[in-house]
Amino acid sequence: MSNQRTDIPPADITGSGRLVATLGLVTMICGALIVAVWQWTLPAIAANKKVMLERGVKALVPDAARIVEYDAAADGIHPAQGDPVAGAVRFYATYDGGGKLLAIAAEGGARGYADVVRVLYGYRPGCECIFGIRVVQMKETPGIGDKIITDAAFVANFDKLDVSLATDMKSLANDVKTVKHGSKKFGWEIDAITGATITSKAVGRGINDSVQVLLPRLRPHLEQLEKGASS
Amino acid sequence: MTMGAKQVTNMEQLLEGIWKQNPVFVMTLGMCPTLAVTVSGFNALGMGVATTFVLVCSAGLISLLRNFIPKEVRIATYIVIIATFVTLVDYIIQAVSLALYDALGAFIQLIVVNCIILGRAEAHAAKSPSLPAVLNAFGMGVGFTIGLLALGSVREILGAGKLFGVTLFGADFQPWVVMVLPPGGFFVLGAWLLLFAWWARRKEANHGA
Repeated sequence: MSNQRTDIPPADITGSGRLVATLGLVTMICGALIVAVWQWTLPAIAANKKVMLERGVKALVPDAARIVEYDAAADGIHPAQGDPVAGAVRFYATYDGGGKLLAIAAEGGARGYADVVRVLYGYRPGCECIFGIRVVQMKETPGIGDKIITDAAFVANFDKLDVSLATDMKSLANDVKTVKHGSKKFGWEIDAITGATITSKAVGRGINDSVQVLLPRLRPHLEQLEKGASS
Repeated sequence: MTMGAKQVTNMEQLLEGIWKQNPVFVMTLGMCPTLAVTVSGFNALGMGVATTFVLVCSAGLISLLRNFIPKEVRIATYIVIIATFVTLVDYIIQAVSLALYDALGAFIQLIVVNCIILGRAEAHAAKSPSLPAVLNAFGMGVGFTIGLLALGSVREILGAGKLFGVTLFGADFQPWVVMVLPPGGFFVLGAWLLLFAWWARRKEANHGA
């Protein structure tokens, strides 16, 4: 058995304290940098998001003079403050110059072929219908999936898509459904695009999932929204 | 520098990544963003500038701290520094253009694992004074941006009939859609690599003659 000691570390090994201090200091510098730049860019990011949103809503409701953000939660509707709380649905009430409620806009999204397809849809309480959509985010195949924007027949599905509530006001009278091209019979059905069925279905599913939650919470508070322009 | 070793000038540091060691066409590094985001010139330029920013800033800071960072924690330290600058560029892109931010998607955050950046940190910035480290990183960033632009512009022209969003052809143009799909990235990269290989061989043959 050898008497040679093996527990003495070689001279070039750095002590634990120095390693921890190095990582701690570098992390502190990096943390300070991140917070500083986050604070600096926050107003610009918020302004950009607002501009993008207003552009989308204005494209749906060109006469809108004022857009007010609300959250529809289980206990009613509240003016939006920061990010929506868990379970709440963010929507946008649009008013004309005289303060009259014109329409509601909200977002819906569902998984398409490549990624989530997110659409902003316009809802008119008077007809209980969706009167238009605008694609907010999509990474579908160019020339195929993007027909949901360019195909006039598909876009026409949303001229007056029926989303009326059932008599108990807890769900839609009929689910919004995407059906095979050429087989649309009812006002709540969406005629799919041949060759882009998955994307067409994503649009239908995204709208259905969103209105099923939003409308039962929103309809009982329409009066509050109509007064909202003056608040 | 050891005696007898060739002194590398600042200009050579800068030009290394742009031409001799171009990350896309010579070293074939950073292929994920190269193939994924180059569906348009605008996306390619955005990703190139973002990566250059991270390369330059991380190389500068790592070079400044090189004598202070123990070798045992160097990789962890480099990753923290690189991730910090990626986070900063993420915020800055959101502040400048949300459309570009949406187009680049997760590939902004994935700059953290771009091997060009960690490679530069370990192979160059950790061993060099600040000026050569920053110049070398800037050259690599410019070279990477040129590579992305070479792919992005060709793919956008063939796949959409546009360049930087400007329509180039008339209504009769039929876009070659596959070029803006993932296979198009491989086709165009392969074509560029073939062209450079042919050029290098031709140059070699001319020198030999």
